[in-house]
Amino acid sequence: MVSRKKKTPTKVVVTGVCGRLGRRVARVLHRERPVVGVDRRDFIGKPKDIEHMKLDLRRKKLRDVFRSGDVEAVIHLGVMHDPRAPQSEHHSWNVEGFGKLLEYVAQFDVKKLVVLSSANVYGPQPHNPQFLTEEAPLLGGARFSEIRDLIEVDMLAQSFFWKHPDVQTVILRPVHILGRVRNAASNFLRLPRVPTLLGYDPMVQVIHEADVVSAIVAALSPDARGIFNVAGPEPMPLSHLLRVLGRPTLPVPYSLAKPLMNRLWSLHLTSFPTPELDHIRYVCMVDDRRARDVLGYMPAHDAEETVRAVED
Amino acid sequence: MLGEEFEDRLSRVPLNLGQSGVDPFGLDPQWTKYVLAATAYLHRRYFRTEVFGARNVPAGRVLLISNHSGQVPIDGAMIGAAMFMDVEPPRFTRAMVEKWSQTLPFVSLLFSRVGQVVGVPENARRLLEEDEALLVFPEGSRGISKTFDKRYQLSDFGLGFMRLAIETNTPIVPVAVIGGEEQYVSLANIESLAKVLRMPAFPIMPQLLIPGGQLPLPTKYRIHFGEPMHFEGDADDDDSVIEEKVWAVRQTVQSMVNRGLRDRKHVFW
Repeated sequence: MVSRKKKTPTKVVVTGVCGRLGRRVARVLHRERPVVGVDRRDFIGKPKDIEHMKLDLRRKKLRDVFRSGDVEAVIHLGVMHDPRAPQSEHHSWNVEGFGKLLEYVAQFDVKKLVVLSSANVYGPQPHNPQFLTEEAPLLGGARFSEIRDLIEVDMLAQSFFWKHPDVQTVILRPVHILGRVRNAASNFLRLPRVPTLLGYDPMVQVIHEADVVSAIVAALSPDARGIFNVAGPEPMPLSHLLRVLGRPTLPVPYSLAKPLMNRLWSLHLTSFPTPELDHIRYVCMVDDRRARDVLGYMPAHDAEETVRAVED
Repeated sequence: MLGEEFEDRLSRVPLNLGQSGVDPFGLDPQWTKYVLAATAYLHRRYFRTEVFGARNVPAGRVLLISNHSGQVPIDGAMIGAAMFMDVEPPRFTRAMVEKWSQTLPFVSLLFSRVGQVVGVPENARRLLEEDEALLVFPEGSRGISKTFDKRYQLSDFGLGFMRLAIETNTPIVPVAVIGGEEQYVSLANIESLAKVLRMPAFPIMPQLLIPGGQLPLPTKYRIHFGEPMHFEGDADDDDSVIEEKVWAVRQTVQSMVNRGLRDRKHVFW
């Protein structure tokens, strides 16, 4: 990776670079190698040596990013998670856009593809084993149909992995990412009063956004390939996590919470779709031993730092 | 009444706790303590359990394979109490619970905090890899809902535990529980009604009509731990090969039960 001989492809393309995670990844990588960010949003506070292509993945222009032939790796973070976006737009963005990207990765002999999926693809279920391995079926859509396109992205990446053995494909499935990111888990913990389900206190795993970045960097190392669950500090009961956060909680019976959430959702008073309740009801934890053994990944942030990261 | 001995034993239980004070499966020693205190009371005072062969239980990973009886799984609780009160070093016994129990508020929470895990093979494998003591009733719900005329006759064993034992190289300790079959006398099991009510069984128990008969009869419990059995081979072997090994365990448990029945002086003392 260090060799900088002329014409050696070292360029890294980062999709979704303008998200909070994308910017963090770009900032870590741009000191060592050329980084091209692809995102249709504006890149606030962009370092000068990062090239930003302001475009939609579905556009033909995406091809220009690859045409020079010096792209060595692609990091795909540009997955849409907006539960309010219409299903068709969601699907077209996540699946079609990713399909185009895969086409170019194969066509222009990109050596490495890193896809950021999520442990949510397994889905919280009453019959889940305590720790899901990478071989577990992706049942996340069974109770929460809106995330089916995220599962589809994961599956597309898997079939790409098998069809193109010359590309080192890495699929990362991190647990709930906490930090300044705007995802359901972090937003939930930023609520002034955090609702819980009366009589349920599942074990949960969380990960600091900086640890996700280091997992992505680890995935770039030569020869790393395959699917990896990525977890942060050791699991803890949800109640313990909330105690660390020190925010007041509001226990609600599930039978009341479900219709209430449906109502709030339809009135646009909450950004949490009702099926998200399963995450504070059932376990959805992963076995991350493969990432530790093969990628040499280790989380650097302990439970308290990780939980408190949502307040940064 | 349990006093110092109880506290002393509690401090010697091998645990795998994280910073949050619970283990990876959610077991919390603070919760487990109270549940164990209650079962230990039943164990010592109500059922006056006599434990034989406690020394046969090795330290480290172990699979306890027991006969199942009594309509209500008190036998599991009594084995758990014996593993804590009579075995060295004292252990928290892990058992597997039905998947649907996870949908119940408070119940799922209690099960998790006292170390009971969802009944899937991945969980069993992980617990054994972490050197826990795992209790399995291979008869399943067929065993617990036996009618009185079938008492102490083992029904068919499932094969899963044997594959697990071979795969994780875990010794099997056969366990015979005597006294459970008489705690609730079931004259019949109406399966069609059980199916309609989605219950594992619908036993007919006349004693429930007598005031106080809802409590189990205070039979004397006797728990026999047999010598550890070791099995080798391929965990993915054909059912027929595994069945033979399972049969050996089943025969051992059955003969321990038979011997225990022959040796006991009376059902109640």
